[in-house]
Amino acid sequence: MKTGYEKIYERPDTLLSTRMHYCPGCMHAIVHKLIAELIDEMKLQEKTVGVCPVGCSVFAYDYIDIDWQEAAHGRAAALATAIKRMLPDRLVFSYQGDGDLAAIGTAETIHACNRGEQFTFIFINNAIYGMTGGQMAPTTLEGMKTTTSPYGRLAKTAGMPLKMCELVSQFDGVAFAQRVSCNNPANVRRTKKAIQRAFEIQQQGLGTTFVEVVSNCPSNWKCTPEVSLQKVKEEMLPYFPLGVYKEPRS
Amino acid sequence: MPAKGYVEIDKEVCKGCNLCVLNCPTKCLALNTTDTNSHGLHYAYQADEEKCIACMNCSVMCPDAAITVYKKTE
Repeated sequence: MKTGYEKIYERPDTLLSTRMHYCPGCMHAIVHKLIAELIDEMKLQEKTVGVCPVGCSVFAYDYIDIDWQEAAHGRAAALATAIKRMLPDRLVFSYQGDGDLAAIGTAETIHACNRGEQFTFIFINNAIYGMTGGQMAPTTLEGMKTTTSPYGRLAKTAGMPLKMCELVSQFDGVAFAQRVSCNNPANVRRTKKAIQRAFEIQQQGLGTTFVEVVSNCPSNWKCTPEVSLQKVKEEMLPYFPLGVYKEPRS
Repeated sequence: MPAKGYVEIDKEVCKGCNLCVLNCPTKCLALNTTDTNSHGLHYAYQADEEKCIACMNCSVMCPDAAITVYKKTE
């Protein structure tokens, strides 16, 4: 460090020095970093249990230095329910992608929200199956080309993309639901605040908390990270509007 | 104008996604397109230290947390 300067930001301690396997520009890594920063700031490293899904973020336990449990595909909500009921003093969150939370795990997600389980969903919505090579997901936008919809998603045969935040905010058990994105620095800061609020509401025991992050997938959208951010802004955000969908009743 | 801060970028952690360069308001960062790190990837570096205002936009956007930000104390 040069003299006359102070360090105002460094890599959070909870984020291990392991090199992440994510593609360059992937927002999974940004969200990992935000979670690690929050766990550092809230001093919850010893009290946090995460549930990793199957998907690109399957190796999350290698990157964030907290207790983790690996769930079967789609069953993260069921596992998080069990962990929170057995260890009610812990901060529990599930970290899931759209294939995991909105496709194979829809039943677990909806019923956990309906029961008002006291844990946090962190839902990364990048409109595609990333790990398996870019197949169509329930959240794939209409007209978007994927390996299983080479002419673009047709609403007639595949329906319209699922809006999970709107869906879960209808349940009485859900205390907090917010949709955020990470496409620019202001939105990244908002994402951090949203996750922090979700963790605080969970600690107060008010109900299920749900944070949806509208994300990118440069590799499977077949574009550069720069173009992927433009696509998030121009194509994803008009269909997935950002905002707070549910606040706890005061 | 003297620099208000500077950044250090760990070039071995950087994957060259360019998000820090795109979001730098003063354009003091750049992607090194002539050299690569040990993973064979181009990496970002601070090209013009005098312009840095220590706004932390680069460190906020960096997916791999490769950036450390320093701010002038007085």
